[in-house]
Amino acid sequence: MEPNATIIVQTIAFIAFVWFTMKFVWPLLETAITERQGKIAEGLAASEKGAHDLELAKEKAAQILKDAKAEAAELIDQAKKRHSEVVETAKDDARSEAEKIKKGAQAEIEQEVNRAREHLRAQLATLAVAGAEKILERNIDAAAQNDIVEKLVAEL
Amino acid sequence: MSAESSSGYIKHHLQNLQVCSTENGWVWNTMENMECKGNFWTFNIDTIFFSVFLGILFLWLFRSVAKKATQGVPGKWQSFVEIVYDFVDSNVKDTFHGKSNLIAPLGMAIFVWVFLMNFMDLIPVDWLPGLAGLMGIDYLKVVPTTDVNATFAMSISVFILIVFFSIKIKGIGGFTKELTLNPFNHPIAIPFNFILEGVALLAKPVSLSLRLFGNMYAGELIFILIALMYAGTFDGFGGASLGIFGALLHFVWAVFHILVITLQAFIFMMLTIVYLSLAHEDH
Repeated sequence: MEPNATIIVQTIAFIAFVWFTMKFVWPLLETAITERQGKIAEGLAASEKGAHDLELAKEKAAQILKDAKAEAAELIDQAKKRHSEVVETAKDDARSEAEKIKKGAQAEIEQEVNRAREHLRAQLATLAVAGAEKILERNIDAAAQNDIVEKLVAEL
Repeated sequence: MSAESSSGYIKHHLQNLQVCSTENGWVWNTMENMECKGNFWTFNIDTIFFSVFLGILFLWLFRSVAKKATQGVPGKWQSFVEIVYDFVDSNVKDTFHGKSNLIAPLGMAIFVWVFLMNFMDLIPVDWLPGLAGLMGIDYLKVVPTTDVNATFAMSISVFILIVFFSIKIKGIGGFTKELTLNPFNHPIAIPFNFILEGVALLAKPVSLSLRLFGNMYAGELIFILIALMYAGTFDGFGGASLGIFGALLHFVWAVFHILVITLQAFIFMMLTIVYLSLAHEDH
């Protein structure tokens, strides 16, 4: 219990332990812990940045969606307009075509009528000559009177 | 058990294993030979052995963990060491505002070493001395902090650091002024101030070491007294009930002592930090 030379040994041991801790234990721990703290801080900052980026991306996506909707609406409007235009043009085309066809048909009919008239005229001439022949059978020479008949036919 | 053997038992437990230098060369103390009593050139082998052993255990453990320390996810041992590191570091940062490469490692060494030495108190008092007895060693005191030599060795080292830093920071003049012109700043009051401040200065190491020593010595003594109750456990009903009561007391006191040994280690560290930060402060 009384103090003795043990104190010298204990003091030396204590100093040695403190020195060793100071040189070989504390700095290593300090480095490891400080670096980890830095890493954790970095990680936290990164996650915060990630969250912020996500927020931005969401905003951007919403903006893009809005733009796309507006564009689509515009396109639909244009398409409707174009549609009515096309329909209008088609109607016009159809009308003019119909007109053309009608005109063609009328021309054809006229032609047909003319042809029939020619035909009829030729036959009537023949018929008239035949009739006249029948009437004048005995005293008229068909050949001698042919020029009169021709004149008659031309007058038809 | 007679009063004679009870006091013998206690005395035996409180005796260090010593080796001392005499005219006949180095002599071990034994039951028959008490020559070491009063001889300054005596070494308490048990104190030295256990304290050095525990100190090396602490350094080896912490060094091996520190060497393998990763910045990634730490293992269990590393976490433990880091908790101790953080505990010491935050205490130092709260108290000491200068820059020093010494104070924090000093605090850690004191805290862990004192804790380990105190921890020996929780080993039942008869185990290691009993083992030593079988090996022919008469005395063995296993708790180094119940030896004033161990506690004074630390507190005197701390005291030297206090004086060293006081002079280093404030200069010899500043330190002398602090001792002589405080608390009454007048030339007439110098002797009075010097006595006052000198006592205050010297009280630091004395209180530091005696607080630790006293607490641990008292705790050890109570463990020894409780151990005395086991003596008659196999001598009939009375002895058995006393033994069981002793075991209960032992448990309660040991649980309480877990607090005491940690607290004493913490107090020693904290006061060291406080004293050294005071030494760093310029008034």
